[in-house]
Amino acid sequence: MAVLNVNPTRMELTNLKRKLVTARRGHKLLKDKRDELMRRFLDLVRENKALRVEVEDGIRRANEAMSVARCVMSDKSLDVALMLPTQEMQLEVSEQNIMSVMIPVFDVRFKTADANDIYSYGFGETSGDLDLAVRALSEIMPKMIRLAEVEKSCRLMADEIEKTRRRVNALEHVMIPQYEETIKFITMKLDENERSTTTRLMKVKDMMLKEAHHYQ
Amino acid sequence: MFKLAAVGDKDSVYGYASLGVSIFPVDTPAEAIPLLRHLAENGYGVIYITEQLAEEMQEELERYASLPLPAIVPVPGVRGNTGLGLANVSRFVEKAVGSDILS
Repeated sequence: MAVLNVNPTRMELTNLKRKLVTARRGHKLLKDKRDELMRRFLDLVRENKALRVEVEDGIRRANEAMSVARCVMSDKSLDVALMLPTQEMQLEVSEQNIMSVMIPVFDVRFKTADANDIYSYGFGETSGDLDLAVRALSEIMPKMIRLAEVEKSCRLMADEIEKTRRRVNALEHVMIPQYEETIKFITMKLDENERSTTTRLMKVKDMMLKEAHHYQ
Repeated sequence: MFKLAAVGDKDSVYGYASLGVSIFPVDTPAEAIPLLRHLAENGYGVIYITEQLAEEMQEELERYASLPLPAIVPVPGVRGNTGLGLANVSRFVEKAVGSDILS
């Protein structure tokens, strides 16, 4: 690992040592963040998968009934039946902070409280299959909303985990070894300087003694 | 207050209308892309889109992926399940973990 391009001075050494401590602490914190994110993510993604399977199955059933309804009813009468829905859904969205990832939380509000308001048409002129399709969809709707929430969260968390993992790796495999090596390099250099000063002093002392007392 | 939308071919999205979801019947990505932009800017929090359509405009959907809202969810349409939804879930896992450990 390359040694950073710095002057081997005591000041640099102190700075580097301080940086190393910060880097180690950052590394530990980020690693904890990554682990916790991963734990939550895995729970969430399992739920996501299960929900997906359920929702897709529900939609398939609704679509089957819908296809039959389309066959037995004319386009026009189907248009008329679904033209003016009585029910209206609205979402209250709040945000939840999971390990600094903002994930949305959806809360559904219905305009009317009556569960039967999903049938916005008279039963006289429509096929029973349309009722089945609408009912199948309304049964799966709460799950679909939860699915939207979970899938969005999974996506956002996956991004964040990737980012955090990169940071952890950069600290662990690049920054920290670099600091360590540089600190070692400066320490060695300083020690070497000290030794050379000592030998020089001894040499000078010898020379001075020789001059003063004509020692051999 | 946010609204919900369903985007896709007419047959696939029609049923959602009765539940109070706004429906936008479109058939091609060329129509769907400006529509999505419009919806995203006008208070739609959740947009269900048929998998057939979603498959043809992955790049556009990627734009919304990192934003907290809207949540764009591919769902199977009348023409059957393309498996895009489950493939997406696997992609999340792959991205976060490194390999798909759930499959």
